[in-house]
Amino acid sequence: MEALVAITIGLLTAVGTYLMLRLRSFPVILGLTFLSYAVNLFLFAAGRLKAGAVPIVYTTEAPSDPLPQALVLTAIVISFGMTAVMVMMALGAWLELGHDRVDPDRDAPEDQG
Amino acid sequence: MTMGHWIIAPVVLPAFLAALSLLLARHGTTVARFLALGGTVALLAISVTLMIAASNGPPQLYRLGDWPAPFGIVLVLDRLSALMLVLTSGLALPVLVQAIVTGWDIRGRKFHALWLFQLMGLNGAFLTGDAFNLFVFFEVLLIASYGLMVHGGTGPRLRAGVQYIAVNLVGSTLFLFALGTAYAVTGTLNMADLAAKIPALPDGDQALMRVAAVLLMLVFAIKGALVPLHFWLPGTYAASPGVVAALFAVMTKVGAYAALRFGTLVFPPDLAVTSGLIGPLLLPAGLITLALGAIGILGAASLPRLAAYAALMSMGTVFTAMAAFTPWATMATLYYVIHSTLAGAALFLIADLVQARAPGSRLPGLLAALFMASAIATAGLPPLSGFPAKLMILQAQPLWPVWAVILGGSFLALLGLSRSGSALFWKPQGDAATLPLTQALIPAALLLALVALTVLAGPVTAWLAETARLLHDPAPYILANDLPGGA
Repeated sequence: MEALVAITIGLLTAVGTYLMLRLRSFPVILGLTFLSYAVNLFLFAAGRLKAGAVPIVYTTEAPSDPLPQALVLTAIVISFGMTAVMVMMALGAWLELGHDRVDPDRDAPEDQG
Repeated sequence: MTMGHWIIAPVVLPAFLAALSLLLARHGTTVARFLALGGTVALLAISVTLMIAASNGPPQLYRLGDWPAPFGIVLVLDRLSALMLVLTSGLALPVLVQAIVTGWDIRGRKFHALWLFQLMGLNGAFLTGDAFNLFVFFEVLLIASYGLMVHGGTGPRLRAGVQYIAVNLVGSTLFLFALGTAYAVTGTLNMADLAAKIPALPDGDQALMRVAAVLLMLVFAIKGALVPLHFWLPGTYAASPGVVAALFAVMTKVGAYAALRFGTLVFPPDLAVTSGLIGPLLLPAGLITLALGAIGILGAASLPRLAAYAALMSMGTVFTAMAAFTPWATMATLYYVIHSTLAGAALFLIADLVQARAPGSRLPGLLAALFMASAIATAGLPPLSGFPAKLMILQAQPLWPVWAVILGGSFLALLGLSRSGSALFWKPQGDAATLPLTQALIPAALLLALVALTVLAGPVTAWLAETARLLHDPAPYILANDLPGGA
């Protein structure tokens, strides 16, 4: 199980990193989503991997650590909200500028800031 | 004097007022302005009270939900967090007044609610004693800053906003990876508990802890715009409204604060696990940031961009000074943080006033005088506080590369500032633009605060020296957390 989880996290991180380095905002957002999936799994694994153990004391012999699960919940909510904000901003920029390139367009003078 | 529930007031009060402002804002901007102004004044009063309490006693603990550390989240009030609280609200109040005077706050919607949420995130980040809670407050202040940054803006600014969000989301992800690693190794995320547990780590876990330490510093370097993670800063700050960029002058300092807190409390310089790791990594990065900021000032095509590069240069100076991790260097860092926050904000406000005048018009002499004073502050020339700040940093880091870069950087900044000053203000032709006295008051007040910081340098540095001494002797901070086992 450890190897499977490790490979999954690694794969998600690799895909996320690759997509993040693209020049358009849609793949960048997808890449960030993949990265946040990877980090959620990683946080989950930080409390040690245990099959079939509930995170409540006195119910089982060896309960699993509840804290990483709480951390993951917080992280999911935050990354979800942040992704929503970024989608809105990217949509706004795309509707107003007519393209969704992430880097400043060298031909357009208004982009030189 | 124990402050009890007042310790959480800097977080709860702006959160409550922001929600109230969202509800009442449909009845007109007066209510929203009143709430934001009243809230910021109250925050300043509370922060000053907390600072007095923190200076006269040991660090104080606030347990959320009365859960004991390290199981519950705690807020810790010590001299450093109190100083940052006062700096935040002390900057937010004049900048908010300027936003109202210049009408920036009604160019878009929900400015005041976002403003209060931003203050909530900043105050929480400075107060928290829990590493995961620090991440949460980072997100609170960032999500408010996204809204403030694009306030009243259109296309190009939205796209600069997308870049800013993307960089910060990567930073948040790295932060979570670092926290996951730290938790996997130590089983705690309370900062004092981490500090108590890390020295006793078994050999096999030390490498993982080093990874976590470097990842954390990487995150703080992103927030603090340290080379090579600085690319988001110039575009973002130059594209933001001037008043928002002025508040952001304290937001970048959150990265410096977190690096200082972790570098003295969790990973102190004499810790075997991370010895020779943090300071030697921060020093060259800080120096390159400083140099790059100075070159950027020289090459900036517009005044907001120049102010953004000045902010970058100040962050480089902060990290350069901090990297020594000695009490003297920490004192110099803190003095420079106060100076550069006020000076950076003044420069952004003045750049905003210049941008608001018609291009090519003859700018009023008052504006030129303000620009010159803020240029003196930015370049670190006497008689303003940038000079003693840089002098203390030079004394704290007696290495020739540091001296060469700081002095050379100041010279480049001086060249760049005088070049743009003469290009902007020495113009006999064009229509004369006017500057209402009300709009000049706040930048002048910020510059006067710098004068006060210079005149009162003696008492201020004495207070900061005690703060730095306590930072480098974190035993009282750890004791205040009341950890089980008396650790």
